[in-house]
Formats: sequence, C-alpha cells, structure tokens
Amino acid sequence: MFGAGGGTSSYKEVEETDVILLWGSNAREAHPIYFHHVLKGLEKGAKMYCVDPRRTSSAKFADMWLGINVGSDVALANAIGREIIASGLTNDDFIAHSTEGFEDYKAHVENYTLEATELLTGVPASAIKEMAHAYGSAETAQILWTLGITEHHNAVDNVVALCNLALLTGHVGRWGSGLVPLRGQNNVQGGGDMGALPNKLAGFQDVVDDEARAKFEALWGHEINPTPGLHLTHMFEAMDRGELTAVYVIGENPADSEADIEHARKLLRGLDCLVVQDIFMTRTAELADVVFPASVAWAESDGTVTSSERRVQRVRKAVNAPGEAKDDIEIIGELARRMGVDWGNPTSEDLWDELRSLSPLHAGMSWRRLEDEGGLQWPCPSMDHPGSPFLHGWLWEDDLGGRGPAPFSCVDDDPPIEQLTDEFPLRLTTGRALDSYNTGVQSGGFNSPIRYGDELDLNPTDAAGLGIENGERVLVSSPRGSVEMNIRLQPDIPVGLSFTTFHFPELVDTNVLTTDQYDPRSGTAEFKAASIRVDKLAASGGLNA
Amino acid sequence: MTVADKTVSGTKVSITIDGQPVEVDQGQTILDGCRSAGVDTPTICYADNLTPVNVCRVCVVEVDGNRTLVPSCSRPAEEGMVVHTDSDRVRHSRKMVLEFLGSGVDLSQATEIGPWMDHYGADTARYGESPEGMNETVKIQDDLYIRDYDKCVLCYKCVEACGDDAQHTFAIAVAGRGFDARISTEFDVELPESACVYCGNCIGVCPTGALQFKSEFDMREAANWRPEEHTVTTTVCSYCGVGCNLELHVQDDTIVKVTSPADHSVTSGHLCVKGRFGWQYVQPPTRR
Repeated sequence: MFGAGGGTSSYKEVEETDVILLWGSNAREAHPIYFHHVLKGLEKGAKMYCVDPRRTSSAKFADMWLGINVGSDVALANAIGREIIASGLTNDDFIAHSTEGFEDYKAHVENYTLEATELLTGVPASAIKEMAHAYGSAETAQILWTLGITEHHNAVDNVVALCNLALLTGHVGRWGSGLVPLRGQNNVQGGGDMGALPNKLAGFQDVVDDEARAKFEALWGHEINPTPGLHLTHMFEAMDRGELTAVYVIGENPADSEADIEHARKLLRGLDCLVVQDIFMTRTAELADVVFPASVAWAESDGTVTSSERRVQRVRKAVNAPGEAKDDIEIIGELARRMGVDWGNPTSEDLWDELRSLSPLHAGMSWRRLEDEGGLQWPCPSMDHPGSPFLHGWLWEDDLGGRGPAPFSCVDDDPPIEQLTDEFPLRLTTGRALDSYNTGVQSGGFNSPIRYGDELDLNPTDAAGLGIENGERVLVSSPRGSVEMNIRLQPDIPVGLSFTTFHFPELVDTNVLTTDQYDPRSGTAEFKAASIRVDKLAASGGLNA
Repeated sequence: MTVADKTVSGTKVSITIDGQPVEVDQGQTILDGCRSAGVDTPTICYADNLTPVNVCRVCVVEVDGNRTLVPSCSRPAEEGMVVHTDSDRVRHSRKMVLEFLGSGVDLSQATEIGPWMDHYGADTARYGESPEGMNETVKIQDDLYIRDYDKCVLCYKCVEACGDDAQHTFAIAVAGRGFDARISTEFDVELPESACVYCGNCIGVCPTGALQFKSEFDMREAANWRPEEHTVTTTVCSYCGVGCNLELHVQDDTIVKVTSPADHSVTSGHLCVKGRFGWQYVQPPTRR
C-alpha cells in the first residue's frame, strides 16, 4: 500500500502511544522482548485491545480481549472502519490530503454493521464499538500484528484492511502511530531488504524495472533475468508440475515446516537435484543429494541482520565453526568458482559496501556507523542521515513528498477455505510457544523446564462432549492425514477451536494436518485454519502406520 | 501539515560533589552526578535498567542540610545541593553496611562488591562465626538455574526484574520477615511449578551469584570457570525478529554464558528464555 515493506514504527513508540491494537499476535510468547516495550506503554497508561481467537498470554495484559472467529479479520476491520466513519471519528484533513478512494471505501463497508459483524466474527457488537472508538479517538495509536493476520489465504486482504483503519484516522507516518508487522525470524526483514524476494532486487527495487536492473547489471557485469521468480509456495507447485527440478535450500527446513507436509516431502524427494546448506543434518538435508555444512551466521561469522523496526545491526563471530563447516559467503563463492566465475574472497564488509552502492535505503550505513551507533534504521540514504525511526512521514508533508496519495482498499470477508464439516467439525489453528521456535532445530538444543510438547489445546466443554480427559492421547485427523497427540484442556481457548504448536516434528507431525491453501499474492499458507476431528484412540484403533 | 517532535526538556541542575561543581539534567539523581563527575560510588541494589528500591544503603552520601545520609541512587539532584561522598560519616556507614552483609552472606562471587570491601576496610570477622542459616544446600531444580541462598543479599533486583521493571511475570517476591526474609516463589513451590518463564532476567541482575546459570555453576564446581580468559562478543539473537543484542561470553572457543547490554535500546539488558538459553544448539555434540 505504501511502498517498501517494513514495520512503520520504532519499538520506543509503543511505549509512548495511547492505544494499541494487538491483532493476531501473541507477542508475549513469540516476541517477548518487544512485549517489554508494550508493557512500558501499558504502564504509562496506554489501552490495549487484543484480537485473537485464543485468550493468549498477551491477551491477559489487554484492557479487552476480542475473541474473533478464525479468519474473519477483514469483517472486523471493516466494521471498525464503518463505526469510525459513522461516529465522525475520521481524520478528515488527513483523508482529504493524503489518501484516495475514501468514498468508495465508505460505501463498501456500509454493510459491515456492528450487528452483522458480530455474527461473522463472534465478537460482541459492543466490543467492536468500544475498540473502534478507542482507536478512532486516540491521539496516537498503533496496530501490531503477526502471523494471525498473514497465515491466511487472504493474507494481503487482511493487511490492507488494517491499513485502511490507519488511513481513516491518520494513525501512520508520525511518532507514536503506525502499522507494525512483527517479524518472526531474526533476519526475515533483512532477507527481504536484500532482495531475497521473487520480484525484488536489494532495497525493494523491482526486478521488472529496467532502470533499476541496469544499475545492478552495470556493477555485476551480467544481465539479470527480468522475469520475477517464484515464492516458496509457488516453487512447490512448480515441483508438482515437474517444472522445477533442482532446488538449493539455504538455512530452511521445508521438509518439516511446510503445510500439508507429506505432500511437500514427496515433492522434495522427487527432485533431480536437491542441495541443502545448513548447520545441521535437518530432515530436509537428509533428503538432499549434496549437503554443504554451514557456519552459524550469528555466532561463527560476521554480517548484519535487520529487525522488525528496520534496524540493521551487526552480527559478529565469537567462536570458530566446527570441522568442515564454512561461512555462507565462502560456500557461495566456491560454488561460483566451480561454475567458472571468480568473485575473489570478499569479506562481509565488502559485500555490505556493494549493497550500499546499490540500495539507497542503506547507502548511509557504513560498517563503522553500524558499530558506533548501535545499528541504524532504514531508510538511511546518506552518511549524515540519522536513520528513520518511522516510515511514511511524507503522508503529512504538504506535497506528499512528491508521491501520490495512499489508496484505500475495498476488501471483503472471505472465510478460511477449509470449512468445518460434520466429519471435521473442529477448527485447528497453530502457533508458537514461548520457549520453542519453529521446527525446533535450534530451540531443541536446550532443556526448557516449561516445555510441554506439541499437545492439542481443547476447551474442556468440547473434551467433555467427546469423553476425553486432560492428558489423554487421542487421534487427530484432518482431510490430509492423522497424528496421535496428547490433549491439554485449556479454558482460554473457545469452544469449537483447537490449538497446537509445531515445534516437535519428530514427536508430532503437526503439519500433516495443516492445509496448503495459500494467498497467491503473498505465497503464505493458511496455517491458521485447518479443520480436524478428534477421536479417542480406543475407538479408532490407533494409527496403523 | 506538521507533526510535533517529542523532545526531552533540557533543564539543567547545578550541584556540588566533594567540592566539585557538577551539572546534571533535571530528574537525574545524585548518583548520576557522581558518575559524570568521575566519583566512583558503590551500589548493590541499584542497576541502570531497574527502578531503585533503596534497600542496600551502600550508595549513601551526605547532603548538607539533611539530617540523615541519603541514598544517592534514588535521590534526585536539586539545585544548589552540596554532596559529600567521602566524609567520615559516609565511609563509616558504607563500611558497616558491607560488614553486615559480608558477615551473613557468602560474597565470594560478588565481583563488584569485593573491591569495595577492601576500599572501606570492611572486616566481617568482627561479627564472629557465620550465622545460623548458612550452608544451605544449593537449589537445583532444572537444567537452567541454580539458587544459592547463602549468597543472597536480598537486594530485590531479581524481584524487580521479574516484576514490573521488566518481565511482569511476578514469579518471585520476598517472603518472611527479619532473619527469615528470603526470595521465594509462590508458596515456595519448585521453580518449574511456579509462574517462572525462565527468561533468566533475575540471573542477569543478580550481583552475588545467588542466582546463577546452571552451566556456570557446573563449570565452577569443576574448577573450570575462568572469567579472566573470557572474550565477550556482541551479536544478535537468532530467534524472532526483535533484534535483541546478545553478549556471548566465550571460554576455550565455547560459549559459556549469554548476557545483553543494559544500555541496548532493544533489550535494556533483558532477554527471553530463547535468547538467554537457546544458544546451546551452536555447540551440541553433533556439531563439535
């Protein structure tokens, strides 16, 4: 909607904001130290509204928890937009000056009345109204979200529906107000910034843009393919069609992490050539034809990572890599040499300086400055630029910084693709637990006393209906497969919903259950909404496999 | 349209410390003034990333016109204040505080307190044998923490870090009164049964080693803890995208401890369980 992809705000801003909408994020467990900044905001009197199907540990710090039906976020956002308009809480100067498409949006959300939206979302009309008024009348307000918004087949709709609210109220582009997607991995922001996206070069420059490409081609002395590449999800489809036959995986474990995992593994096994570069012999590496043992990026080599507040920070080598493990840069350089191109032996600083010469966002971030200033937030276009605490200040400039106004988007409620049926009547949503991380390749390295494993959280009422007790081992099935799991009775989860983590694929192959339906625009699978059934093991006779 | 900048008020306050004129920002403490004047001041219960709780009294100074000694860590500087940090009264008081602490608590690993004991000539033997209650068994209830109550000076730092200064978990508090006062979980349950989420922020602020990483404790027990050889490298945690800075303490090419800089804008020195303990995958038997 606004251009470059990054959280608009600094962590410090959430300490000073008035209203926080924590939407589809359990930051207390998934981003614990960011949540410390949220807590400082709450201590200073900020009000927090937490939108989540589960009453999470984050929700327990909120002034109000809005227990939304999984996947009905657009409806809730549209209803809030409608209520803000109907109550005269819009920032009319901002809408007139900095946005376009307001009248269409206003007409579009007209049907999302409080009452109609209560039926769609399961959130009481009074709660929707209260949150709308709090956000609409706040001097500063932030919307924070994570995968509860983006792991849906309509992920992009969800995001723009939230952006609409910021445009209605002017809660973007100034200190304390913003739109903050919290990044789930230590360099997922930096990876995108560096061009590890199918359609972007470093610094979010479009691969289809001849002028941008020419700059890179001139420096690299080589033509760049102008056709955008494939998202991960599209890659698996291309494997399925037999079009993608060779894959080079660097530091990812798709053989455990992909949705509908059995299907993904079959496709990986069917490749002509699979190369995996990792610090461990992961399940994906076990499938590989060639494995390159890599060093640990943040402890055994030098470089940078970029955080959720767009802060580029140095990682530094503290210990030597074991055995034959090599730095990623060295491995890629050696590979190029085998292909007949000699790039020499660049240091991470050499590569960083090349990046700075190509990406205006990073031009002012010298290695020295990154050291001296505790990291810098992009955009930082010149050596005398202090970095940017927040984005989109141009929305408040008289000439919009020479840009066009920001558009409203008209999007509609679009429930999860996998509907509940008599056969699979329970909704399954997945997420992280505090002490674990993704497929456990890293977090499995320490013995956490609070680790409970991938149990299936179920409301006691649902369990009672099935005659299931706390801790009982059950058979959990989705249209794609079945796994055995232990039940954890959890009153904080609503009736009809179940939840599990996916940190222990060796013990519970959670992603056997999840659906690989995805948003074609973002490539993100709908991990948050599968349908399942739960059977007593005695009745089902257990797993045959 | 314009947006107002939020800036801190720049009002200055002038005070005198040991005869030396010092200027600090309004709202800063006497301790801040001492530091900017280069006057070393002992502290135990104070930390830059915690709210002062005024329990240890080792940072006391004499302020003209004040009947009692005042804790420099929490007393805001006021215009015209005349402060003495090295008067007989201050030295005597600091010495007594250190002697009382040292007479009832094992300060052998309190690396920041030891030099002050020497500085003020604190003689803990003046109070005779160790009191009853010493020689408690070290509490080891999991693979991450140990608790050694013989080393606890009841400075409250761990309580503050677990509570509303950082973590907001409130798993520990001071239970009991007088000689029976001690840091406890709710109903003194074992740590894994308590509200504890194992962020280790209590360990991060403990000044005496009463709370300690189990890994450090084991190495000390094996007489293999050699801090003088440690290198400390600042890097970024490998888990979520918040960007917490980690200080990797390395001995023999092996990470032995992780901390975070207290002045880091992202963490203020505090971490979560993954940042504090999740580094062990770097050096499992399968990789090294």
